[in-house]
Amino acid sequence: MIQVNGLTKDYGARRAIDNLTFDAEQGEIVGFLGPNGAGKTTTMRILTGYMPPSDGTATVAGYDIMEESLEVRRRVGYLPETVPLYNDMTALEYLKFMAELRHIPDTEERAYETLEGVNLTERANSYISTFSKGMRQRMGLAQALIHRPEVLILDEPTIGLDPAQVVEMRKVIREIGKDRTVLLSTHILSEAQQICDRVLIINKGKIVTEDTPENLQSRLVGAQRVILRVRGDSDGLSGKVSKVKGVRAVESKPDGSVEFEFGAGEDARPQVAKTIIQAGYELLEMRAVGLSLEEIFLELTRDNAPGKKSS
Amino acid sequence: MRNIWTIAKREYNHYFISPIAYVVAFIILFTEGIYFTYIISFYSQQALFGGMQAPDITPINWLFVFLLVFTTPAITMRSLSDEARTGTLELLLTAPIRDYELIIGKWLGGLLFVLTILAVTLVYAIIMNSLVTPGIDQQLMISSYLGVILAAAALLALGVGISAIFTNQIAAFFATFGLFFILWFMMGIFGNLVQGSGAQVFQYLNISAHFSDALNTGSIKLSDLVYFLSLIALGLFTGTTAVEIRRWR
Repeated sequence: MIQVNGLTKDYGARRAIDNLTFDAEQGEIVGFLGPNGAGKTTTMRILTGYMPPSDGTATVAGYDIMEESLEVRRRVGYLPETVPLYNDMTALEYLKFMAELRHIPDTEERAYETLEGVNLTERANSYISTFSKGMRQRMGLAQALIHRPEVLILDEPTIGLDPAQVVEMRKVIREIGKDRTVLLSTHILSEAQQICDRVLIINKGKIVTEDTPENLQSRLVGAQRVILRVRGDSDGLSGKVSKVKGVRAVESKPDGSVEFEFGAGEDARPQVAKTIIQAGYELLEMRAVGLSLEEIFLELTRDNAPGKKSS
Repeated sequence: MRNIWTIAKREYNHYFISPIAYVVAFIILFTEGIYFTYIISFYSQQALFGGMQAPDITPINWLFVFLLVFTTPAITMRSLSDEARTGTLELLLTAPIRDYELIIGKWLGGLLFVLTILAVTLVYAIIMNSLVTPGIDQQLMISSYLGVILAAAALLALGVGISAIFTNQIAAFFATFGLFFILWFMMGIFGNLVQGSGAQVFQYLNISAHFSDALNTGSIKLSDLVYFLSLIALGLFTGTTAVEIRRWR
C-alpha cells in the first residue's frame, strides 16, 4: 500500500530525512518511532502530498506521490500533529465541509456516520472551539476518516491526551487498522508496542531498525535495569549487590537507592534479594526500570548492540 | 470548479461570523449613507434654486471603491495567513484540491462578501432613480457598477495573493495596504512628477485612472477592462505561486 524508496528531504543545508526506504502492506499498522526531530513528520508530509521530497520516490495506494499527487490525496486520510480544525465551525459543519472537498455525495449522512465512529454524535452541533483536547483529537481523526481512505497517516495521534483518552484513541486506531493501512508516528515505545504490527525506529532521518514489536522487545531486553531500595542506612549495599553473579553496572543514587543491570537470561533478582536480606537490610522495593527511548537508541546504534541488523 | 465553490462558500460564511467583516461592512455602509444623504440634500437645494442638474450614482460608487482601498486589506489579511498560522492550511494542501482552486475559492468568497455589501448600496440607486425625472442615467450606472465590481475583484485578488505569502495577518494587512496606497495615491503623484513615457507607465498603473476617470464616467474601454483583469490574474497567480513555494520550502 505504501512503498517508499530512497526518500530524502533537505531543509536548506539540514537533511531532515536521509534515504528512507520502507513499505507497508494493506491491513498493516506500521509505527514510526523516534524522538522529536527524527524526521517522522517530514516523511508523513511527503507521503500525504503536502510537500515534495528532495530526492527519492514513493507510491501510496499504487500512485506516485509526485506524478499523481491528487490521486494519492484522494486515497489518504491524514491527521497532522497540530490538529487542523476550524474553531468557528460546529463538528457537523466541519465534517460536511471536508466531505464536500472530497466529493462525497451525501455529506450530512456521512458526517453523522463518521461522528458516530469517533463517539462525538451528541456534540454534532457544538462549536469546535468548545471541545476538549481529546475531542479535538477525535475530531481530527474523523476528518481523516470521512472519505473512508485506504491509507491512514496519523502524526502523533495520542499526544496531549489524558490516559483514559489515550486508551480510547488506541482502541479506535486498532479498530480502523483492521482493514486499512495505517502509518502512525509516536515517540512512546509502549504505544508502538500496543498498536502496531511493525515498528520502524527512525533517528536523525534514518531508519535505525525495523521489526515487529515482539522481536524488538526481546532484542532490546538484552539488559534489564532494576532499582533497589532498603529501609534506613544503605551503606555498603552496592558492594553487596555487585558481588552477586550476573549483576553489573551497580550505581548508588543520592537518595540511598541502588540501581543495577543484569544480562538477558540471567535474572539476578532472586539472588540479589536473598543476599541483601541475609546481610540484614530490610528490602522495601525492587523494581524493573524500562529502558527509555534514548537508551534504546544508544542500544541500537551501539556497534555490538544485541540483535542489531547489519545494513 | 466544484472545489472552488466549496472553498468560496466556506470563506463567504466565515465573513459573517468575523467581527472584522462586520466592522468593514459598517464603515462602508455608514459612510455611504451619510454621503448619500448629503448628495440628495445638495441636489434638492440646487433644484429649489432652479438648478437643472440631476444627481447620479457615480459619487457613491467612487466612495465605495475609495473605502475598499482601506478596508480590503482587513478583509483579505487572514484569508490564507490565518490558515497557515492555525495549521488548517496543511489540511487544505493535503486535500485533493489544486493550489489554484484554493486561491480562486478564497478570492471568490471575499468577492461575494463585498458584492453583498454592494448589493445593499443598490438601494441608493433605486431611491435616486425615483427622485429624478425621467430617472438616472442607466448606461452610466451600468458602467459605474461594472467599474466597482472590477476594482473590488482586483483589490481582493491582490489581497488574497499577499495573504498567501504571510503567516502573520498583521504583516499581510500592511503589505496589502502599502500596495493599494501606492496603486491608488502614489501612481498619480509619480505620474505628475515625471515626463514622457515614464508618466504613461505610472498613469497606466494608477487604479484611479482606470476607475474614477474611466469606468465611473460612463466610458467602457477595453484597455480598462484588460487592466483590471490583469490585476486579478496577477493577484491569483501570486497567491498560487506563494502556496507552491510554501510546499517546496
